[in-house]
Amino acid sequence: MNYRSLADLGGQDVRDPIVQEPEGEHFHAPWEPRVMALVVAMGPTGMSNIDMNRSVRETLPNYRELSYYEIWLAALEKLAVQTGVLSDSPPPPKRVLHADDVMAAITKGFSASRPATGAARFALGSSVRTVEVQPQHHTRLPAYARGKTGVIQHVHGAHVFPDTNAQGLGESPQWLYTVAFDAKELWGETARAQHSVISVDAFEPYLEPA
Amino acid sequence: MSEHEHHHHEEHAKRELSPLELRVRALETLLTEKGYIDPAALDLLIDAYQTKIGPRNGAQVVARAWCDPEFRRWLLKDATAAIASLGFSGRQGEHMVAVENTPEVHNMVVCTLCSCYPWAVLGLPPTWYKSAPYRARAVKDPRGVLKEFGVALPESMQIRIWDSTAEVRYLVLPRRPAGTEHLEERELASLVTRDSMIGTGLANKAP
Repeated sequence: MNYRSLADLGGQDVRDPIVQEPEGEHFHAPWEPRVMALVVAMGPTGMSNIDMNRSVRETLPNYRELSYYEIWLAALEKLAVQTGVLSDSPPPPKRVLHADDVMAAITKGFSASRPATGAARFALGSSVRTVEVQPQHHTRLPAYARGKTGVIQHVHGAHVFPDTNAQGLGESPQWLYTVAFDAKELWGETARAQHSVISVDAFEPYLEPA
Repeated sequence: MSEHEHHHHEEHAKRELSPLELRVRALETLLTEKGYIDPAALDLLIDAYQTKIGPRNGAQVVARAWCDPEFRRWLLKDATAAIASLGFSGRQGEHMVAVENTPEVHNMVVCTLCSCYPWAVLGLPPTWYKSAPYRARAVKDPRGVLKEFGVALPESMQIRIWDSTAEVRYLVLPRRPAGTEHLEERELASLVTRDSMIGTGLANKAP
């Protein structure tokens, strides 16, 4: 099976204009806020994790044709079916978000940081090269930043590793870094005029010493 | 029930529900029946993100940083803690980094892979932030994107793009507009736009 994310858009040739939106305009159909709230409220139930959600969304065959909340809805439906939540004998939810807990749950959030299991391989200022592979599962190294040389600009500690977490293979925490690239390294000489530096947040398995 | 309310009710019932609305209602009903969802919690979540958690939170953070050098240093060093000290924390703001615009560097934030956005300080992302054109172009043609937003920066200024590809969330600390020395923190906050904290805009000029 070929895993293909349709959400990895960085650097692609998309020419439609960017449609601006005033502050305070949140939704464009009456069902949209309901979908937002359903997705948030399903978090604590343990049906899926954030990486599974992203993986299901980015592989919806019609991802590019759907609006953002349509993507969220379709992925939620798919996960609810896949996990048996809509079956006759649904697995019991880990926790149900009740009205009384809403504000506390929002303020607490879900930290992704975990104790590190080993020392960080890279230090601030180190040169690194990103791996060039296209894994057959969800990953968070964008295609435009593969096989490129950059510099470690931030060491964030160990975080949940999306690549395994999305597959239900556990959190296997990995060191997380901010890696900065010159625009020319990513896009070639023509990008010189942009005079820009682009960074991604990359997990240690995405990196090799340069 | 008053005449007016009664009429309103009937109108509502007559209105035809769109296929999407029917799908969402069906899913909500099922998840409620299976014991996963408390519909009252959904109402509160929607209210929280429509009335309590939005870019006015971030604007308070920025205005404080403009007024208080010690807070600014703390924000740039440990944004999560500094922001939490003003009462903003949690969901999609668990790991915050603040990046400061200077005369030499302009910062801009994107999530090319999905829609990662600092909800705790900016609320729900605008549609364009989640859309293909912004996600595709912000990393490759940031100057073109800024132009679409009406922002022209000197060629000598570096544009620094932060692609939020993990759970770290970025808040841009825009430059304080000139001629605002006399303004109080609350007045300053009103000049801080949502887009200036994403990096697709600048703070508004003094009134």
